[in-house]
Amino acid sequence: MNLCTDQLAMMLTGPDQLVAVSRIARDPVSSALWAEAETWPVHGGGAEEIHLLEPDIVLAGAYDPAATVALLRRLGLRVEVFGIERSFDDIRANVRRMGALLGTEARAEALIGEMDGRLEAPPAAEPRPRAALFYSNGYTSGAGTLANEILSAAGYANVAVEHGIEGMAKLPLETLVMDAPDLLVTGQDYAAPALAQGILGHPATAAIGAGQVRVSDNLWACGTPLVARAVEGLRAAR
Amino acid sequence: MSLLSLEGVTVRRGACPVVDGVTARVVHGEMVGLLGPNGAGKTTLMRAALGLQAAEGRITLGGASLDDLGPRERALAAAYIPQEREVAWPVTVEALVTLGRGPHRSTAEADRAAVDAAIGAMDLEAYRGRPATELSGGERARALIARALAQDTPLLLADEPSAGLDPAHALGLMRRLRDLARDGRSVVVSMHDLGLAARWCDRLILMVSGRVVVDGPPEAVLTPGRLAQVYGITAHLGADQDGPLIVPTGLARSELVKKEE
Amino acid sequence: MSRFAGTLAGLATGTAVLFCLSLLTGPAGTPAGAGLAALISGGDGALGIVMREIRLPRALLALLIGAGLGLSGAALQGYLRNPLAEPGLLGVSGTAALGAVLALYTGLSAVFPLALPLMALAGAFLAVLLVQALAGSGGGSITLILAGIAVSSLAGALTALALNLSPNPFAASEIVFWLLGSLADRSMPQLWLAGPFILAGMALLFTLGRALDALTLGEDAAASMGVTLARTRMLAVIGTALAVGAGVAVAGAIGFVGLVVPHVLRPLVGGIPSRLLPASALGGAVLLLAADLAVRVIAPDRDLKLGVLTALVGAPFFLWLVWRHRRDLA
Repeated sequence: MNLCTDQLAMMLTGPDQLVAVSRIARDPVSSALWAEAETWPVHGGGAEEIHLLEPDIVLAGAYDPAATVALLRRLGLRVEVFGIERSFDDIRANVRRMGALLGTEARAEALIGEMDGRLEAPPAAEPRPRAALFYSNGYTSGAGTLANEILSAAGYANVAVEHGIEGMAKLPLETLVMDAPDLLVTGQDYAAPALAQGILGHPATAAIGAGQVRVSDNLWACGTPLVARAVEGLRAAR
Repeated sequence: MSLLSLEGVTVRRGACPVVDGVTARVVHGEMVGLLGPNGAGKTTLMRAALGLQAAEGRITLGGASLDDLGPRERALAAAYIPQEREVAWPVTVEALVTLGRGPHRSTAEADRAAVDAAIGAMDLEAYRGRPATELSGGERARALIARALAQDTPLLLADEPSAGLDPAHALGLMRRLRDLARDGRSVVVSMHDLGLAARWCDRLILMVSGRVVVDGPPEAVLTPGRLAQVYGITAHLGADQDGPLIVPTGLARSELVKKEE
Repeated sequence: MSRFAGTLAGLATGTAVLFCLSLLTGPAGTPAGAGLAALISGGDGALGIVMREIRLPRALLALLIGAGLGLSGAALQGYLRNPLAEPGLLGVSGTAALGAVLALYTGLSAVFPLALPLMALAGAFLAVLLVQALAGSGGGSITLILAGIAVSSLAGALTALALNLSPNPFAASEIVFWLLGSLADRSMPQLWLAGPFILAGMALLFTLGRALDALTLGEDAAASMGVTLARTRMLAVIGTALAVGAGVAVAGAIGFVGLVVPHVLRPLVGGIPSRLLPASALGGAVLLLAADLAVRVIAPDRDLKLGVLTALVGAPFFLWLVWRHRRDLA
C-alpha cells in the first residue's frame, strides 16, 4: 500500500503473488515502474478496499497512516511495515527482507548484486565538485538521506552537508545563491500548478549559472536498487 | 431676479407624490420660513431645490436652470445645512468651517478671511481649535452654520436648524439668520417652532402633504383657521413692537374628539 | 500645518530607514557595505544576485503593498464614515485571494500571466460592491462588520475548496499563505506584475481627498458642496480594488494594516481625511516593512507568515476599539 514497497514488490514478486498496488504506482512523476504497474490492479489505499482483496500479507511503509495499518491488523490481516531507506545498506536490507517474505530470495540477491555492480566506481577526483539538492518549497536533503548517498556515490559533495544539515530541511534561497554550487538537482514539477514550485522558477534560482541543472526523477523517489541507475546518470553528467 | 424659483415641482416616491406641484420664489434679502406638519415634504423640497433629489418641474437657481449648473456652480449658488448634524471625524472647528471654502478656487488669504469672518459672525472664536465632536448641541449647530457662511453663497437653506437648541441659542440663531437676510442674502429655514417662525421670518410657506397651502407674511398665514386645519391646534395670537406672537395653547376641537375616541 | 508636515516627514524617514534595513537583512549574512555596493554596482556575482533578485523585490513589495493597504484603509474609512472599515475586515482581501487562487491553481495564470492580478482585482472589486450594497454608507458599524464577516467567510471557504480540489499535493497546505500572507522569496517579475496596478489604485485613491473631507458632514452636505457622490463611490471602489487586489495576488491576504494605521495616525493629522491619506500610505509602508523585518529576525528558519504578525498587533487593537466604542457602535 506504499509507493516504495510496491516497487520492491513488483521487482521481487513471483507469478500471481502480487494482488494489487497503490494508485500512485502508476504515476510517471513519482514511480519508476509506472509502466509495469499497469499489469496489476490498483487500490485507493483505504482499509476497506485492501481487506476486500483478501491478501495474505499487506506490505506497508513507515509513513503510511497509522490508523489504516492498525485497522488492517484488527481485521486480522498480517501487515509488514518497511522502514525508510536512508542508505544503500538500508536498501540491501529491505530487498533481502522482501525476498524472504515473498520466497524469492534468489532474485533478491541478484538485484543486490546488480546494484552493487553499478555502484562500483574508481574513487572520486578531489576536490569533489559541489552539488545542491533543491526541491519545492525550498527544501534540501542533508546527511543521512538517500539523496545525499546518491550524490556522494556519484562523486559530488553535498552543499547541505557543508552547512551541517541533517535530514530534510529548508535551505534559504540566499544561502543557495551564495554557495554557488556546480550542479543543481531539483525535483520534477507536477502537472497541476501550486506555489510550492514557484521557488524553482525564481530568477535567482535560474541565475545560479555555473551549473547544470538536473531533475531528480522517479529513480530517486524510492529506496530501490534502481537508485544505482540514478547514480550512473549523475556520474555521466560530471 | 429670484435667487430660487420653483415651478410645478413634483417628487414621486413610487406612486405617491411626496412633493406635489409646488410653485414658489425666493428673492434677495428675504428670510423665508418653510412650515408644515411632519411628513409634509419640507426636507424633500429643499433637497430637490438643490438638485440632491430628482424632481419634475422647473427649478432655477441664481437665475440659471438647475440642469445647466454643474455641482460646483450649484455649490457656489446655494449652501445647505442638513437636518442631521453629522460630523464624522474630530476635526477642529476651524477645519470644519474651512470645508465651506471647498467649492471656491480662491487664494489661501481669501479663504482665511472668509473663515475668520464666519467664525466671528457665529461667536466661535473661543472654540477655534477644539474638535467639533466635543461641542455642545448649540455650539455644533453654530459651527455648521459658520461652515455654510464661509461658503459665501447668496442663498442659504437650513433644515430645522433650531431643533434641540435651548431658548437662548435658538433665539441667537434666528437673529443671526435674519441679519444675513438683511445683508442681502436670502435664507430659507424649515422649522416647527411657530413662535420663532412668525417672529423672525419675513414670509412663510406652509406645506401640507406635499402641496403649498398658503404663501405670505406670517399674520396672513398663521390664522386660527389654518392652525386648526393644518396643525390641529389652537393658539393665542398677538403682537408686540418686535413682531407677531404665537403661543400654541391646546388641541383643536376635532383633535380633542379624536383623542376621546 | 507644521504638525502635519512633521508627521509626514517622520513617516517618510521611517520608510526610508526600514527599506534600507530590509535590504540588509537576510540569511546570506553579508556585511552592509558589501551588500549595498553589490546592489548599486549591479555585479553578476552571487551577492549581486541575492541583492537584486531576492532582497530588492521583497523590500519594494513590502513598501508598495503596505502603502496600498494603509491608503485603502484610510480611504474606506473616510468614504464609509466608519472607523472600523478596512480591506481585511470587509472581506476585500479574502475575495481577492479567492480570485488569485482560481487563476493560479487552474493553470490559467501559467498561460496568461496577467490573469493572476486581474482575477484578484475582480474579486476585490466584487467584495467592495457587495459590502457597500449590504451595509451602505447609511448602515451602522454592526451592519458593516457583519457584511464583511459574511463576505470573507464565504471567500475563505471557497478558497479552501478550490485548493483542496487541486491535483497538486502541495495545494491544500498553501491555504495558510493565501489567508495570512507572506513576502518570502518574492521575485522581480512579481513586482512588475503587481506594482503598476497598486500604483494606479493609489493614484485614484489620492484624488479623493477633497471629497472625503466634505463627506465629514454627511452625504447631503457634501453633495451641496459640489461633491459628485457617484463619482466618489466609483473612485473609492475601483481604487481600493486595484491597490489591494494586486498585492494579494502576489503576497496573499495581509490583514489589519488598513485598520490600525489610519487609527493611530488620525490624531496626528487633526482627523482631516485628506491629510490622513498620504499619512496612512506612508504609515502602511512603515508597518509592513517592520513586520517583514520582524519575520526574518524573530524566526529566520521557520516560515512565519506576515499576517500572523499584523494580526498579533491588529486583532488586540480591534478588540480595544470595540471595547472603547461599544456604546457608539451599535
